[in-house]
Amino acid sequence: MKKLSPGRKRLVNNSITYGIVIAAFIVMQVCNAGGLLSPSIQGQLVPICAYVVMAIALNLVVGISGELSLGHAGFMSVGAFSGVVAAMSLQSVIPSDVIRLAIAMVVGAAMAGVAGVIVGVPVLRLRGDYLAIVTLAFGEIIRNIFNVLYVGVDEKGLHFSLQNEAALHLSENGKAILKGPMGFTSNAKLASFTAGFILILIALTVTLNLVHSRSGRAIMALRDNRIAAESVGIGATKYKLMAFVTSAVMAGAAGVLYAMNYSSMAPKKFDFNTSILILVFVVLGGIGNIRGSIIAAAFLTVLPELLRSFDLDQYRMLVYAIVLILVMIATNNPVIRGFFAQVKSRITGADREEQKGGAAQ
Amino acid sequence: MSFLNNLITGISLGSVYAIIALGYTMVYGIAKMLNFAHGDIIMVGAYVIFFATGSFGLNPIVGILLAVVVCTVLGVVIEGLAYKPLRQASSLAVLITAIGVSYFLQNAALLLWGADPKVFTSVIPEGSLPIEGVNITYVSLVTVLVCIIIMLALTWFTSKTKLGKAMRACSENKDAARLMGINVNRTISMTFAIGSALAAIASALLFSSYKNLIPTSGSLPGIKAFTAAVFGGIGSIPGAMLGGILLGIIETFAKVINTNISDAVVFAVLIIVLLVKPAGLLGKTIREKV
Repeated sequence: MKKLSPGRKRLVNNSITYGIVIAAFIVMQVCNAGGLLSPSIQGQLVPICAYVVMAIALNLVVGISGELSLGHAGFMSVGAFSGVVAAMSLQSVIPSDVIRLAIAMVVGAAMAGVAGVIVGVPVLRLRGDYLAIVTLAFGEIIRNIFNVLYVGVDEKGLHFSLQNEAALHLSENGKAILKGPMGFTSNAKLASFTAGFILILIALTVTLNLVHSRSGRAIMALRDNRIAAESVGIGATKYKLMAFVTSAVMAGAAGVLYAMNYSSMAPKKFDFNTSILILVFVVLGGIGNIRGSIIAAAFLTVLPELLRSFDLDQYRMLVYAIVLILVMIATNNPVIRGFFAQVKSRITGADREEQKGGAAQ
Repeated sequence: MSFLNNLITGISLGSVYAIIALGYTMVYGIAKMLNFAHGDIIMVGAYVIFFATGSFGLNPIVGILLAVVVCTVLGVVIEGLAYKPLRQASSLAVLITAIGVSYFLQNAALLLWGADPKVFTSVIPEGSLPIEGVNITYVSLVTVLVCIIIMLALTWFTSKTKLGKAMRACSENKDAARLMGINVNRTISMTFAIGSALAAIASALLFSSYKNLIPTSGSLPGIKAFTAAVFGGIGSIPGAMLGGILLGIIETFAKVINTNISDAVVFAVLIIVLLVKPAGLLGKTIREKV
């Protein structure tokens, strides 16, 4: 095999990633049309798309920017609830489902972006584990706020309250959209697998272009050595914030997609465990490896459903936990690592790639 | 007087957080890992006490001792099986493994003991001190006393005993410690043992005042205690103590104002403290070398 130039190699790599996503979409659509999918898998199609986008978004922060975030479910919930508010309040004005979904996504993404700026500015001053714990704290604060937030709509516009539904002072035709700990109920399900697929493609394009741009290289330089990068004139705050907010925006859009798949949802859905779930996708898929995140997110969302059909229903989460531990131990074992590196170099014939801090593929 | 009563409740809750936070902070100091499964060890300890005193009718003291033994063994086994193979791995890999262990413990508890809440019987007699106007329950009194004893014992242990000094040496510099003839692996195992034993004691105190016990009841106190450890400066034993007690007081007063947002207030205070003092209240700021 002859050596490819770096630009060419990147093109091939990106094409493979897009190819996998498009092929998976077509295969799933065909299977779905042929009735080959069980109802439980069918129900997972949109959540899989949402989790894939979340994994891409988190990988941008954890893998490319090198900052551990434990609160990404917070951005997901900001997107989800503001998107639902937008969609439900425009129900009578815009009859088209597709346009309403698109508007909800834009609103959700924008609000999550604002939240990203608010959280990012203070958080990115910190380092390492302290940064992680503060993102966790922000995630919990966001969830707590949605737990007491009431939003309603009538002819006069939106009403907000932090007490209860009655304090919204809605007129007769008004309706409450967010009801504190109940979240939203009676939402029209607008999400579809196709919408999810388009969102994945958008997220992928944004991320891959960002990573291979001048800014992306600056972000990775800051990850690899902050002091060295700053000393050649790369502003840490600007580029770290850029990665963080882009990630928050994508997480918001994913949140809208996720929420639009259900008719009701409570804020406690987006708790610490959801943030961790997404982090697991990123780490198992390979930190900094976008393609790996996509595969891991899709596979790990389906895995518990597959275990369900094996008559292992009550043991499935236990199996999931054991698989998680074993995979982490196995992938970090020097012997196994060396074996895979050898296999890889034999297949590609190319010289071995640097394991740590590789660019996104 | 309600101010004083709230303060007492806060200090008592904070003492429990402090004991849990000690487990986090010691493990972090020596192994540089966030042991997410620590909260679930508390849950296991609580179930052991529940069954020992409830189903087998054992004396509460025996129940607590049994929980200490079970948790210590559990902590050491977890460390040996799951964390030890990852000594050289990235901190994220260890973190995910710890999360895996946490899921494992929660789901194992779910299978063994079911999802329905168990009502914990207090290991400490109900009632309060006969003082006019102030409500000091025996539970809070014992909690605070136990917390002080543990604090003093740990300070003595880490500064005076050979093993304690070995622990501090390992947290400073593992390679140098190894060269001085310290068995680093055994020291780390011992740290996990002590942390888990403290978790068992914390479980007895925590569930004596907050009675409902389900397989996930350990995780939120775990996260809060971890917050307390960061708040006081992670890796520092007095810091964990201070952080825990402050966190308990803040949470109690926030609950008086509005129950729903007490957690938000706790985390907001944490963020403000970290922005002003990025290494926590008593943490050491380490200068970065080029």
